[in-house]
Amino acid sequence: MGALQRYAVAAVVGLIALSAVENRAFAQIKIGSVLSVTGPASFLGDPEKRTLEIYVDEINAKGGVNGQKLQLVVYDDAGSADNARTFATRLVEEDKVVAMVGGSTTGTTMAMMQIFEEAKIPFISLAGAIQIIEPVRRWVFKTPHTDKMACEKIFADLKKRGLKTIALISGTDAFGKSMRGQCVAVAPKAGITVAIEENYGPRDSDMTPQLTNIRNKAGVQAVVNPGFGQGPAIVTRNFRQLGITLPLYQSHGVASKQFIELAGPAAEGVRLPAAALLIADKLPSGDKQKPVVENYSRTYQTKTGQAVSTFGGHAYDGFMILVEAMQRAKSADSSQIRDEIERTKGYVGTGGIVNMSATDHMGLDLSAFKILEIKGGDWTLVPDT
Amino acid sequence: MAELLQFISSGLTVGAIYALVALGFTLIYKASDIINFAQGEFVMLGGMTTVFVAMAGVPLPLAALIAVVATTATGLALHRFAIEPARGASPVVLIMITIGASIFLRGVAQIVFDRRFHSLPPLLGADPIQLGGAAILPQSLVVLASATAIVTLLWLFVDRTLLGKAVIATAANRLAARLIGVDTRRVVALSFGISAAIGAVAGILITPIALTSYDAGTLLALKGFAAAMLGGIGSAAGAVVGGVLIGLMEAFAAGYVSSNYKDAVAFLIILVVLISIPQGLFGRAKVERV
Repeated sequence: MGALQRYAVAAVVGLIALSAVENRAFAQIKIGSVLSVTGPASFLGDPEKRTLEIYVDEINAKGGVNGQKLQLVVYDDAGSADNARTFATRLVEEDKVVAMVGGSTTGTTMAMMQIFEEAKIPFISLAGAIQIIEPVRRWVFKTPHTDKMACEKIFADLKKRGLKTIALISGTDAFGKSMRGQCVAVAPKAGITVAIEENYGPRDSDMTPQLTNIRNKAGVQAVVNPGFGQGPAIVTRNFRQLGITLPLYQSHGVASKQFIELAGPAAEGVRLPAAALLIADKLPSGDKQKPVVENYSRTYQTKTGQAVSTFGGHAYDGFMILVEAMQRAKSADSSQIRDEIERTKGYVGTGGIVNMSATDHMGLDLSAFKILEIKGGDWTLVPDT
Repeated sequence: MAELLQFISSGLTVGAIYALVALGFTLIYKASDIINFAQGEFVMLGGMTTVFVAMAGVPLPLAALIAVVATTATGLALHRFAIEPARGASPVVLIMITIGASIFLRGVAQIVFDRRFHSLPPLLGADPIQLGGAAILPQSLVVLASATAIVTLLWLFVDRTLLGKAVIATAANRLAARLIGVDTRRVVALSFGISAAIGAVAGILITPIALTSYDAGTLLALKGFAAAMLGGIGSAAGAVVGGVLIGLMEAFAAGYVSSNYKDAVAFLIILVVLISIPQGLFGRAKVERV
């Protein structure tokens, strides 16, 4: 028995040693990621993690990048900025990654930024806030469009319709607050006057008092509702209940089929800005993004059995921008990868067409958003002219 | 005038739901001195179960009935498996248990149902009724009528039946009630069952207006608890008045003051009332006999 056990131990040790060697032979480029896979922001982190895993496998199956295989190291911060910072340090010091794609929320991204700046490792964030790239930090990039762009897109559509005076009704959740702030800030520049502002709590069940005040305010030509979750659906229903006939704009926060289901017939005629990914089938055939978003939707849905979300799309864009930068750099050197990420031009992704520069580490313009109108219980694309 | 009517209709609808949640708190508190923080989850279970049973193809009235029965069973199970084994523990411990139960039920709902928002079709159509310049949803009237019916039924039960008298006896003095032969354990179980049923009905009624999701109960429990405190915890009439008052205060604050301070105004008034009348509007002050 004693001898047998010794053999068994030796065999196991040998196997472990072998697999370690194997790992070293193939997994030569380490890419790090810290995502909020569980916890309150899991609706962001979960599709992001799945997307990264799917596409790392796909790239490796095609022979990797510059002849080297990729190895993805993912940590779950559960939505906590403290955890994110700890894991970021681990990625830098222990895993020695060459680049980082991750940071599901603005909070976790802001907590990790300094670590990657100091370690001189490129960091592509998947979070929304404009503060991540303004002011520009040398090593930090991001893929998602910002709230500010959503406001500008809505305002551009309003101007096209000759509407200048609006009412704002915003949710007091983080999303609603942030977008409200951006909308108020960019309104003067866009020539839009906010005549009246109302708020509602994220779980409020009735917004008729606020909407009554908006209805009674003279001069209001349209109503904009920055918000997330069920609030905008209730606002839309109450809006029709009160018989208000002004144009109603919702935000990209509710750009999903669920909003149409919840708001029901009241959603008819509502307009909102949304990324191309959500309306892959509605894009005209000449659209540059159409093949990309269709391909990603199909891959994600077959591999996971779930519907695509824009969040997974942000991870796809971040990862692909990194892969293309590595291919152009023909190297796995962090500094060279960074320079190439900054030189990304004309990358067609799920979130839009990306043109980065030394002063713009996101690289999206307003064409990343499409204006949609709900007609007959479905999205229709409002032409961009 | 038109807006006043609009605000009143908004306040009454929301207030009626707060009142039903507050009634649930009151009933259990009366029978057992426990403040059941899982009351909001009963409301959520009522709405969510109806949505999912109806989605499975069951006609809506039957789905609603199944939801009420299932929620009542949950309430009884909560009592049997969580409260009853800890019998004799101090009320604070029992309240902790209900907080645990609330988190547990929310977690289970996430898995059994899902994490999305859901709605139900309104009972009497979606076209608002125009009344003096105010647009009132037919569902609001349904909510108000049902809430009134539930309060009346509850009053009849407590006032006119032997079992109801047993509840009053238990509330008045548990030891004395047991001495005259009241099975106080059954009375407490009954209070959990009825509270769960009332919560479920509230949940079903509000879903066409306010939508529902696995975490819809948290805020309703908070508002319902505030209503119960304002009315005087332990008083059924107080629960109803407290609920309606909070609903109206919120609507008026949002309409006449500023929607920024809507919740702040409502809670400020509650604070002022409770500082000046600590036992609540309808509560009886506790007299310590020495």
